[in-house]
Amino acid sequence: MFNEEYDVIVVGAGHAGSEAAAASANMGSKTLLITMNLQNIAQMSCNPAMGGIAKGQIVREIDALGGYSGIVSDTSAIQFKMLNKSKGPAMWSPRVQSDRMRFAEDWRLLLEQTKNLDFYQEMVSGLLVENHKVVGVKTSLGLEIKSKTVVLTNGTFLNGLIHIGDKNFGGGRAGERAATGITEQLIDLGFDSGRMKTGTPPRVDGRSLDYSKMIEQPGDDQPEKFSYLEHIKPLKEQRSCHMTYTSPEVHDLLREGFDRSPMFNGRIQSTGPRYCPSIEDKINRFADKDRHQLFVEPEGWNTVEVYVNGFSTSLPEDVQYKALKSVAGFENVKFFRPGYAIEYDYFPPTQLKHTLETKLVDGLFFAGQINGTTGYEEAASQGLMAGINAALKVREKDEFILKRNEAYIGVLVDDLITKGTEEPYRMFTSRAEYRTLLRQDNADFRLTPKGYNLGLAGEKRLRRMEEKQLQSDNFVQFFRDTSVKPEEVNPILESKNSSLVKQSDKMFKLFSRPNITTEDMRKIESVENYIQEHNLDTEVIEQTEIQIKYSGYIEKEKNNADKLNRLEDVKIPNNFDYTKLKSMSTEAIQKLTKIQPVTISQASRISGVSPADVSVLLVYLGR
Amino acid sequence: MTHQDTIVALATASGSGAIAVIRLSGNDAITIAESCFKSVTPNKLLGKQQTHTIHLGHIVEEERVFDEVLISVFKNPNSYTGEDVVEISCHGSLYIQQEIIQLFLRKGCRMANAGEFTLRAFLNGKLDLSQAEAVADLIASDNEASHQVAMQQMRGGFSSEIAKLREELLNFASLIELELDFAEEDVEFADRSQFKDLVERITFVLKRLIDSFAVGNVIKNGIPVAIVGEPNVGKSTLLNALLNEERAIVSEIAGTTRDTIEDEISIGGIGFRFIDTAGIRETKDVVESIGIKKTFEKIDQAQVVIYLFDADKFKAQSSTLKVELEKIKNKYPQKPLIVIANKIDKVDDISISKLQSEIPEIKLLSAKTGFGVDELTNSLLNLINTGALHNNETIVTNSRHYDALLKAFEEVQKVKYGLETGLSGDLLAIDIRQALYHFGEITGEITNDDLLGNIFANFCIGK
Repeated sequence: MFNEEYDVIVVGAGHAGSEAAAASANMGSKTLLITMNLQNIAQMSCNPAMGGIAKGQIVREIDALGGYSGIVSDTSAIQFKMLNKSKGPAMWSPRVQSDRMRFAEDWRLLLEQTKNLDFYQEMVSGLLVENHKVVGVKTSLGLEIKSKTVVLTNGTFLNGLIHIGDKNFGGGRAGERAATGITEQLIDLGFDSGRMKTGTPPRVDGRSLDYSKMIEQPGDDQPEKFSYLEHIKPLKEQRSCHMTYTSPEVHDLLREGFDRSPMFNGRIQSTGPRYCPSIEDKINRFADKDRHQLFVEPEGWNTVEVYVNGFSTSLPEDVQYKALKSVAGFENVKFFRPGYAIEYDYFPPTQLKHTLETKLVDGLFFAGQINGTTGYEEAASQGLMAGINAALKVREKDEFILKRNEAYIGVLVDDLITKGTEEPYRMFTSRAEYRTLLRQDNADFRLTPKGYNLGLAGEKRLRRMEEKQLQSDNFVQFFRDTSVKPEEVNPILESKNSSLVKQSDKMFKLFSRPNITTEDMRKIESVENYIQEHNLDTEVIEQTEIQIKYSGYIEKEKNNADKLNRLEDVKIPNNFDYTKLKSMSTEAIQKLTKIQPVTISQASRISGVSPADVSVLLVYLGR
Repeated sequence: MTHQDTIVALATASGSGAIAVIRLSGNDAITIAESCFKSVTPNKLLGKQQTHTIHLGHIVEEERVFDEVLISVFKNPNSYTGEDVVEISCHGSLYIQQEIIQLFLRKGCRMANAGEFTLRAFLNGKLDLSQAEAVADLIASDNEASHQVAMQQMRGGFSSEIAKLREELLNFASLIELELDFAEEDVEFADRSQFKDLVERITFVLKRLIDSFAVGNVIKNGIPVAIVGEPNVGKSTLLNALLNEERAIVSEIAGTTRDTIEDEISIGGIGFRFIDTAGIRETKDVVESIGIKKTFEKIDQAQVVIYLFDADKFKAQSSTLKVELEKIKNKYPQKPLIVIANKIDKVDDISISKLQSEIPEIKLLSAKTGFGVDELTNSLLNLINTGALHNNETIVTNSRHYDALLKAFEEVQKVKYGLETGLSGDLLAIDIRQALYHFGEITGEITNDDLLGNIFANFCIGK
């Protein structure tokens, strides 16, 4: 059935696998996507939403590079919100509620339209490895499929074990089988593996809920979108979410089930995401809080299914039901399915290079939860990077690595392979040193030229970005060059309680004032005329505003990034023998030997490597 | 550079003295010392001895005995460098020192580079960056006050104070980050009023440290004192009297002190840097007029001015002298000025009372006999208020630290302003991170490759 050799085989078709397959196929590699169930491509296994703080920035980066996640998020969205709009632009974070079924369908249709991409449904039970180099995969039916590279994106499926109360059973997701064989083989090949845990809340029938007892949470008045592509349009209609709260009574009911909770009776030993705790964990850890927020999220335009965000749990189903029934608005709730916890295998990501290729097996790449991350966006971006680098490797081209000051994706990969992770890794804006540079509004400026050079981002995308850049640069220059007279600007300043001007002043200065907005500036005739004349769209206007209002901060971060990048340029030779550095701490020697950082800068980020250790390295390398 | 080899150097000042100390550091320090050491106690092996012990014996090579010495043994990690260290106190002749060092070089030691002992101490985590810098200052210190400051810094006084503030600021930074990343998730917000308090506290400490730099610098570099006067009024003699040694050129021909000469003397534990200058007499001599220009430059730099004239020539030159005095007073109204009539041994009592009536602030002195020199040193000391020193306050003497403190202060002021105007946390965080960075430059939490080279270049060998 498979006589030809593939360039890239992607195992798993979740967010990571789908992006990986799309990237390598779009870059011209003959790609095969293998998954256990082709009906379940790009499932949202947990909440029906994409984006959020830091994650929304990642989705925009994926889109800017030419990935599909942004497009699919837009086409399947039922609600759009720009979070944190009251804060600085580094914090503005796009987020959508998604139609879960449409999300998966749109992904599948996009993949089907992608050239060079084949599909096959089967469980991969092992890898074909010769001399520490991967040469293909083996399936559970015994098929051997040859390939130059393999990207593993197994999600929660490797030896997945689902827990509900004191019951547990093998499975990769509710109603789906677990995958076996791969972990055992990788351990034989010398890999370290570990277990992680995650969970998901119950899904319920929306018709059984009383929304009048909850607080409505509508989308933005003027919804935006993820994709920089012009033909993708923002939503015209939206669905609302609702918010309600747990209560002491709910907490008491939940506590009744604690003795049967796999989290508390020791059945689950592995680490779950601290940042996305189960409801029982929240009650336990924050015992003084008598209520917790619950978000009631519709699962789509038409379905009645509803997702109860904030109620992730692995308590027995009867406890879940009894407790949820006591929540305001849930008195008559009907369950579609209970929440559950799942344990799965992962491989500490310090075993990877910056390309996400494993150090042990040539041509083998890992992406997504197999690397200990959590989140669709984190997974998708790794898939994209693994897919790109697999395709580049096949063509024997230079690897593609994003720096920490270039993209959240760069921060993500560098953190994973340098520091590893003890718990499911989620992206935060605080993980980035240069948050103000890594904004959602400029991901196209940062990454689309790179995506274009890779052959991933198309001509149209690049032209659109160049036009936006040119228009916003010109508009900024207009504000620098153009003055406004006191009689025209003072009424505007007065209405904002901003101090008045006595003589004509450059508009750039006035626009820089903290409480003066674009709306205010547009009241000046020459500004409005400029916008009309040049037919500027909201994206260009917003870009201009950010570049003017935050120019000081942006400049500062750029300078800092340049300063620290100097250490990024001090390379450490391959296979450097750290044991000869007697003056270095033993812990540092062990960590450095294991991780083999490429640069001094990367070395300095490894936990257990102190500034003194870094100084030793600098001295040895003759600096 | 590798740190596996064992280094050797003279640890005391070069030259002859009663005793000299030779220091070895490295993996083989004890083995090498042992191979050249014969204890007075038969069969005593250095390698078997406890750390921090002293042993009497002889440095020998085969049959040849070099010297009777005391050997101190320090075992890693409890030594100055964190490595095995051996210190040999030998007799202080240059010949013996050299012979013993040569012997150790033959036995496999390497001559230490400048600052290498301290570099190793730093690399082994025995000292942080500012402590290492303090060692350099300590070695260079030649008066009691600067010694005290360097000692204090070496014990970590000032960097630990910064480290503590940095820690607190870091905690707040994480709270700000928390509320940013979990804005959607019902978290408690960082308490802004507590944060304001912290920022106030940091401002206060930074300001104190920054202000101390002026005092600190004076202590470290000495207080510059310009001695101004007509040629041949005895400036050089006075300087010599103060210095107690012949260093400036002294001659009877006016104008021999054409180049400004500086020397430092410790008075009451405070360093004074005396600057001998040519006078400011109007002249057509080209060389002299260059000297006059230089004199004014030196007065600019000085914190104290001594105006010196020849008591014997007062009668003839009183009007010129008064003009010159006025000139200095007008030009430098803030600078303490001490007016001295020298060569008082040459004039009679009538001239003295005339002097005192015309220039009331006059101090009488004879550099030649030493009369009035003590009174001069006392008035110099009275001029300098070094209260900060005696309060045992932390003082900043290092210009790198000063620079980092200034920058940190600037950033903290931005944070303060941001807090007052309700600036968004993400922008506040940029200023906080920047302040943390500058704090880290002082405590060594930030690795900066330029820094390392600079600091360790300031040592002489053996320290």
